[in-house]
Amino acid sequence: MPISLKVNGVERTLECDTRVSLLDALRDHLDLPGTKKGCDHGQCGACTILVNGRRINSCLTLAVMHEGDEITTIEGLGGPEDLSPMQRDFVSCDGYQCGYCTPGQIMSATGMLAEARDGMPSHVSESLIGKANLSDAEIAERMSGNLCRCSAYPFIREAIARNTEQSQ
Amino acid sequence: MREFDYVRADSLDHAAAQAGPHAALIAGGTNLLDLMKLQVMVPERVIDISRLDGLDTIEADGPGLRIGAMVRNADLAADPRIRADYPVLARALLAGASGQIRNKASTGGNLLQRTRCPYFYDTAMACNKRAPGSGCAAEGGASRMLAILGTSKDCRAAHPSDMAVALRALEARVAIRAPNGTERILEMDQLYRLPGDRPDLETELDEGDIITAVLLPAPALGSSQSYRKIRDRASYAFALVSVAAVVTMQDDRIGKASLAFGGLAPRPWKDAQVDAMLAGQAPSEALFSKAADTLLAEAVSDAGNEFKRHLAHRAMIAVLREATGLAPASTGTDLVGEPA
Ligand SMILES: Cc1cc2nc3c(=O)[nH]c(=O)nc-3n(C[C@H](O)[C@H](O)[C@H](O)COP(=O)(O)OP(=O)(O)OC[C@H]3O[C@@H](n4cnc5c(N)ncnc54)[C@H](O)[C@@H]3O)c2cc1C
Ligand code: FES
Ligand code: FES
Repeated sequence: MPISLKVNGVERTLECDTRVSLLDALRDHLDLPGTKKGCDHGQCGACTILVNGRRINSCLTLAVMHEGDEITTIEGLGGPEDLSPMQRDFVSCDGYQCGYCTPGQIMSATGMLAEARDGMPSHVSESLIGKANLSDAEIAERMSGNLCRCSAYPFIREAIARNTEQSQ
Repeated sequence: MREFDYVRADSLDHAAAQAGPHAALIAGGTNLLDLMKLQVMVPERVIDISRLDGLDTIEADGPGLRIGAMVRNADLAADPRIRADYPVLARALLAGASGQIRNKASTGGNLLQRTRCPYFYDTAMACNKRAPGSGCAAEGGASRMLAILGTSKDCRAAHPSDMAVALRALEARVAIRAPNGTERILEMDQLYRLPGDRPDLETELDEGDIITAVLLPAPALGSSQSYRKIRDRASYAFALVSVAAVVTMQDDRIGKASLAFGGLAPRPWKDAQVDAMLAGQAPSEALFSKAADTLLAEAVSDAGNEFKRHLAHRAMIAVLREATGLAPASTGTDLVGEPA
């Protein structure tokens, strides 16, 4: 089926089988391998991207379902020469070891901060009313959809906390 | 994954007309695609209802709310009316899956998500739910995630949804549209069948039926609401046991208690006898313990999930303590504004 997507601000079209996940469309049809495949079943978060500004797992959705949608991948946040603030904070806090989960972590953190700014509560928020303060426990809970096999969690949370402080 | 035709529905009529024995609706896709990749579900046609107009709003419905079937789990949990008036629902949603999945998962899809029984997932194993008549490989096997109430010798699978447990405690109902366009409204216990000797038949939905909305009754003003989920890790895991409670006190007595349980049964579990034992009584440890005994009186467990009896017993008492004021409320217990 023919599909058109707006990926990182650029109109792209591709022709693919109905079975192709959005993740495989990005990696194998649009030559954007920054988004990673960990489990392919929604369990690890390595494939996290933004669709119309919201974070999702690209492995658990079909490319054909996203006709006309705006997609942001790690390549769209910034490259080696023009890192986004979140990417820079991950680098300066050593928020990774092998780096495999990192694109997903950074995309997820970007989406998560937008949710928090919109007032979304979390499982650990004491009150459901009002905006939660992004404590370490809040960051950990809101990022629980991203696993890190190297267990770089403390530094990942630190990078996100640093980014939060700077953007406030 | 097996090959399939993809149809983007442009109306409910269109979606219903495309239905058939080998077709499946897709909403968020977070459960269906997982199962299609494993060939546990093998539809030949996938009907996309995610872009249908009018299914993704939350509207007033008399004194209650009508939640469209395509409202995403994240949006439902964030809605100010849900947070203030139905906090147990917001809490249950926030306890489920991950931020990414909640952004995709829909209200209708969450209700109809399939069991997480490991034998259902493994196509090399016997499973009466996946392959009717093939048997149940769970006998004597890994039962940690399996049910202990409402099961049959043919199936011990548990319903995995957190959201549905809160909806059951809130006494929500489900609106279903038949292919001829008529709407019928079912209580949740009418929607979900118990397995008996046909565990493959999970709901009362017929071919071409589409869930259009979940209906919430008027808010239980003055109630204390609580969702407690116990799982193998602190986040991003299915419930071993969960308890949803909506409790209204009248002076020093329990006016009304509506409890529902997750992780224990093939559907979000409610026991009318338990609610009735609590109503009108002064809250006490002894009362709660007796009610928990009643809840679990018919439980059937094995060595692998025997622990669920104790966990459910204690979780129910802990939740009731907080909801009735015997213990201070902790995170997960919220008050709904007093009547003016
Ligand atoms: C890693 C992981 C962890 C998870 N953890 C949890 C958890 O802790 N707690 C929890 O509750 N859930 C959890 N989930 C499950 C998640 O909540 C469900 O996958 C999700 O709610 C399904 O919604 P969906 O819209 O994506 O459904 P889909 O996958 O689109 O559909 C699911 C089923 O419902 C049918 N359907 C969908 N909409 C309708 C409709 N309107 N009318 C009739 N039929 C319909 C489909 O045909 C399909 O059979 C988890 C999932 C994953 C992948
Ligand atoms: S690859 Fe998508 S969640 Fe693991
Ligand atoms: S840095 Fe190696 S998996 Fe996270």
